[in-house]
Amino acid sequence: MFRDAWLVTKKDLLIELRSRILINQIAPYTLLILVLFGFALDADTETLRDTGPGLFWVSTLLVAILAIQRSVDVETSDSAIDRLMLSGISPTSIYLGKTIGLYLQLIILEALLFIVMVVLFDMSVVNYPLVVVSAVVTTLAIASSGTLYGVIASGLGVRETLLPVLFLPVLAPAVIGATRAFGDAFGRVNADGWAWLGLLSVIAIVYTLVGMLTYGNIIEDT
Amino acid sequence: MQRTEKQEFTTSRGTRFMGISLLIGIPTLLIFSFLLSPADDNMDDAVRLIYVHVPMAIFAYVAIITTGIGSVFYLWKKSRWWDTVAHASAEIGLMLCGLVLVTGSIWGRPTWNTWWEWGDVRLVTTLVLFLMILGYLALRQVPANPDLRAKRASVVGIIAAVNIPIVNRSVEWWENNTLHQKSSLTDGKLENLTLFTLFLGFIVVGISFLWLMTHRFRVGWLAAEIETEGIAGVIEERLNEANSGAANPNYQQKDDV
Amino acid sequence: MTHLGYLLAGWSISLISLSIYAWRVVRKGKQLTQQVPQDRQRWMTSSTD
Repeated sequence: MFRDAWLVTKKDLLIELRSRILINQIAPYTLLILVLFGFALDADTETLRDTGPGLFWVSTLLVAILAIQRSVDVETSDSAIDRLMLSGISPTSIYLGKTIGLYLQLIILEALLFIVMVVLFDMSVVNYPLVVVSAVVTTLAIASSGTLYGVIASGLGVRETLLPVLFLPVLAPAVIGATRAFGDAFGRVNADGWAWLGLLSVIAIVYTLVGMLTYGNIIEDT
Repeated sequence: MQRTEKQEFTTSRGTRFMGISLLIGIPTLLIFSFLLSPADDNMDDAVRLIYVHVPMAIFAYVAIITTGIGSVFYLWKKSRWWDTVAHASAEIGLMLCGLVLVTGSIWGRPTWNTWWEWGDVRLVTTLVLFLMILGYLALRQVPANPDLRAKRASVVGIIAAVNIPIVNRSVEWWENNTLHQKSSLTDGKLENLTLFTLFLGFIVVGISFLWLMTHRFRVGWLAAEIETEGIAGVIEERLNEANSGAANPNYQQKDDV
Repeated sequence: MTHLGYLLAGWSISLISLSIYAWRVVRKGKQLTQQVPQDRQRWMTSSTD
């Protein structure tokens, strides 16, 4: 199962490397969001530092929507997913593979976002392990639900509008938790970041399990 | 049920009985809430809103969980019965969730002196659930093949339902500065009449839920019946045009209820 | 009685919204039952009752 999944991941990453859409279009969009937030909040550095953790995760979600649509496009544009199914790879493996592929792309974008935010907002990190672990876990929640919801919203002619309406509420609890954890890691909020990680892990695991169990049902007839 | 007369509505003996109970139950609940039950020491008379707010909140959860169960069974059995249950329940859940938010907000104004409190976890998580069901129903409105739409909606329904325990657990992580009345309903300090009125509220809202569910389910069932019939009609026309005898197996009516 | 305005607002919004919703569902049901033949109204004999 995992070997097949890795094949799907490698295929997705290879396509991404060739097309360079992630680097040429999605990454600049990420930076634009952060800069716009900076303008909108009146360039008051203290305010930016306080809201930084929240802005980081909101930006990540907005960017994730684009990455998810890319990840689905790759399969549906020339009904490549039918061929994947015909090749005997199980839906669960396809799901895991695509989730990992999306996950790795999101991690790269987040790293970029993080560096830019620390520089632009002049933030100092108090607790690096917490930043890394909460990003690792939250991104799994985003990638697992994103892979699932990308397919759910696809092929109906209303993807651009339907995907955010479905996807963003599902990740609202994760954003709440991740913002608290980051706030703690940046020393801006008096919260126990590690306790919030518990919630984040539950969300990530539950979404991944639901995705593994139901993905087969929804790709049968895309 | 015996069908002796022409059935015109989605009414049946069961729903009529529930309807009559509600005609008695709602005025009784109002009398108990406004006249017979005492004012609360902390909340004053604002407590009288709790008798409708809390039962609606619980049944909003029940509705969303029902949607989740219906969705699981749909994916498992592929039966339209369960899909219709999930859809009906989600619509009522949205209704109740919205009313919970409105009554909670109205209750918060005199009690906390604010219409909306971002620090209160239950308010925020109820809003999240509300938005999830909104997304679910938006998906259900999209014109598409009924089977395909039902499958995808089921996955969304399951995700919404698994979020209920998650958001409930998050109360514990968030309780540092929450304003919500955490204990007033569970610590047994309430007076007997208050407790009884709340109990009455649960019964009245519960019967309302069942009544709405039954009617909404039947409406959904009829709508699906018309939809599949419409598709079957179109297919038949096409087949006749083409003078082809082979029926498309994908659109055959499934008698799987 | 304190907060009477809030109380009345909360209760009446709840009761009125649910009543309107119930009325609309029943009316929709009346419309649809006329379009579906009796023998296809399967719920009548199924386990919902």
